[in-house]
Amino acid sequence: MYLLYVLTALALAVSFVFSREKTVKALKISVKKFINILPAFLLMIIIVSVILYLIPESLITAYLTGKSRYAALLFASFFGSVTLLPGFIAFPLCGILLKKGVSYMILAAFSTSLMMVGVLTFPVEKEYFGAKVTFLRNFISLIIALMTAFAIGIYFGEL
Amino acid sequence: MKHAKILFFAAYFIFIAVSLPLSFNPGREIGVNFYVFSSEMLKLLPCAFILIGLFEVWVKKESVEKHMGRDAGLKGHLWVILLASTTVGGLYVAFPVARSLYGKGARLEVIFTYLGAAAVCRIPMTIFEASFMGIGFTLVRFSVSLPLIVASSVLLGRYLEKRNYSLRAGA
Repeated sequence: MYLLYVLTALALAVSFVFSREKTVKALKISVKKFINILPAFLLMIIIVSVILYLIPESLITAYLTGKSRYAALLFASFFGSVTLLPGFIAFPLCGILLKKGVSYMILAAFSTSLMMVGVLTFPVEKEYFGAKVTFLRNFISLIIALMTAFAIGIYFGEL
Repeated sequence: MKHAKILFFAAYFIFIAVSLPLSFNPGREIGVNFYVFSSEMLKLLPCAFILIGLFEVWVKKESVEKHMGRDAGLKGHLWVILLASTTVGGLYVAFPVARSLYGKGARLEVIFTYLGAAAVCRIPMTIFEASFMGIGFTLVRFSVSLPLIVASSVLLGRYLEKRNYSLRAGA
C-alpha cells in the first residue's frame, strides 16, 4: 500500500518537473473521471455491504462442507460470483475450509469465481463497458472459473 | 432514473443513521460493512485515478497502439498480463485503467485479457494465496486460467470488433 503512495507521489513530482501545465491537466482529468464514476462506486459499495450481511462467512462455510461434491461446486461458484471479499479475508477463509475437509476443487471454484466473476461490480463495470459486454465477460469468466476448478480437482486427484 | 438513485442512496443512509442509535443489528452490521469497504477503496482509488490522469497526458497514443493495438499480435497480451500483475485492490481498479488503455488505442481483446489477468494474477494476492493453499494450487490455477483468458478474450474481442462494437466515449 505504501509503495503505491510513494510511486504516485514520485510520478506526480517527476511529471511536475517536466511540465507544470501537463500535470495540472492530468489532475483535472483524474478528478473528473473520479467524480463521474463515484455514483456507480457508491452503489456498488452499498450493495456489497448488504450482501455481506446476508451472506456471512458462516453461511458460506455451512454450504461448502458436508455436501455432495457437485452441489458444493455449484454453491462455491455461486457464492464466489455474488460476493466480493478482499484477499486478506478470502484466502484465510479458504485455509480454514481446507482444514475442515473441503476439497481443493471446491475451494478453487470459490476463489476463482470470487476473483473473476463480479456480479457486485456490475454497476461499475457497466459504466465503462456497457451492460451487454459486462454480462458476456462475466459469463465467460464463470465458465473459465469452473474449468480451472476441474483442472485443480484432477491435479489433486479428487476427480 | 437519476432521482430514483438519489432517493435510494438517501434511504440507505437514513436506514444506517437510524439503526445506529437504536442498536438495530442488521443496520449496524451493514453500516460497518459500508465503512470497511469504502475506506478500503478510498485508500486506493485516489492514487489509481491520479496515475490514470498522468497516463492520459503523458503516454502517446502511438506507443499504446504499437504495443497493444491491431498489429501487436500476441505480444500485446503479454504486456497487459505483466501490467495486470501489478494491480492492487480489485477489479474495480482495473476497469478505469482498461478504459484508458482502450482510449489510447489498445485493442478490445487486449483489454479483456487485461481484466481477466487483473482478476487472477495480481502479485500481492497470489503470494497470499500460495501461502494458504500451497504453491501447486496457484501454479495449476495460473497455467489453466491464463491461456483460457487469452483465448476467450481474442474470441470475444474479435466477435465484438466484427459487429463494429465500440465503447462509449467519456467514462
